[in-house]
Amino acid sequence: MTIVFGVFLLTLMLITAFAIVRTPNLFVAVMLTGIFSLLLASNFFLLDAADVALTEAAIGAGISTVLFLGALALTAERETAPSSNRFIALVVVSVTILAVVYATFDKPRFADPAAPVHQHIAPWYLETTRDAIDIPNVVTAVLGSFRGYDTLGEVFVVYTAGIGVLFLLGKNTGRRRDKPDDAARGLRHYLIPRMVGRMLIPFILLFGFYVQFHGEYGPGGGFQAGAIVAAAIILYALLEGENRALKVLPRGLLTGLIAGGALLYGAVGVVGILLGGNFLDYSVLSSDPVLGQQLGILLIEAGVGITVTGVLLSIFHAFAARGRF
Amino acid sequence: MELLGLYYYWVFAILLMTGFYAVIAKLNLIKKLIGLSLFQAAVFLLYITMGKVEGGTAPIITQGSGEQLFSNPLPQVLILTAIVVGISTTALGLGIVVRIKEEYDTIEEHEIQEIDRK
Repeated sequence: MTIVFGVFLLTLMLITAFAIVRTPNLFVAVMLTGIFSLLLASNFFLLDAADVALTEAAIGAGISTVLFLGALALTAERETAPSSNRFIALVVVSVTILAVVYATFDKPRFADPAAPVHQHIAPWYLETTRDAIDIPNVVTAVLGSFRGYDTLGEVFVVYTAGIGVLFLLGKNTGRRRDKPDDAARGLRHYLIPRMVGRMLIPFILLFGFYVQFHGEYGPGGGFQAGAIVAAAIILYALLEGENRALKVLPRGLLTGLIAGGALLYGAVGVVGILLGGNFLDYSVLSSDPVLGQQLGILLIEAGVGITVTGVLLSIFHAFAARGRF
Repeated sequence: MELLGLYYYWVFAILLMTGFYAVIAKLNLIKKLIGLSLFQAAVFLLYITMGKVEGGTAPIITQGSGEQLFSNPLPQVLILTAIVVGISTTALGLGIVVRIKEEYDTIEEHEIQEIDRK
């Protein structure tokens, strides 16, 4: 039954993807990407990846759509020219599809427990998590502790991208915006969206913090929580105008959050060295190694959440400040 | 059933190339970025598909789950972080497109090349 539903979702995804590429209206294309992300998230959920589904729903369907719309407001809403070299592109694409499809016949069948992927290190993670870290969510354990280096690297990539956007768009060198009050006003004059939105924001924030601090026990963690908290504040900015949102979290504070989260993550690693362990070895953080691991994961997840919130909000404000939203 | 098991991989291949087609054939820079995120999404789908185990469940160990079968957590960890990194790099790309629009007053590739040639 699950596989039938999966096939249904995949087919919908294919149709959406074709529509995205075909439509010359970029606004339609961006809206369809939101739908595509939601379908992808449902598919991840069917494939037992609850954490990933949560991330994709928050980021792909939520924040990415807002960012693309922000960019569209500053550029153009329609493609003006048809595709170039259409024939060659189609040939290249079709040949590659056929080659990949031919290769799939050698792949292990879908969900085969004997596939090589499941033989190497995954069982070790599943077994060791129980003894060494003792938190229910293995994904969080691998993310925070076993592969803490990877995650540190990813946090710094997010950090670098955030700084990059601030460099590109932070300074307002462009032309004056046409209507300076428009962005400031937001949706303040639309009663119903404003009231409903204001009622939703506390719950979104609460859910964000729940996802952050419950990440060890259920699906969740810093990446998802950061995106959800950022989404709540972006909603506030859309309803009440950008300036009010900046009053709550000023630009300086956001920059501080970007650096602070990454620093907190790195600092946990350095404290590990100072206490006589290895970099990002949390066992030495407490007299009980298992407790130390849990404390370390809590701290680095907080660092991840802070950086992701800071980066996403800074990027949003950088786009919003360029023109009217 | 045998072929149904390969459907996920075929969808991966088609999605990947749909995104790639948008990158190479479309002239609009934002459309190219959308194509790039489709390409990314296809890769995410491939990884998560490979992590699935028949009869398994999400890798969250609960009390008394004893000999429960779990799906592979490792691809999930890789993709979880990749999604967040993906949106950050897309945002950077969009930032560059906005700056190009301000300098060239167009986001169509052939028009930008024409202006450059002058």
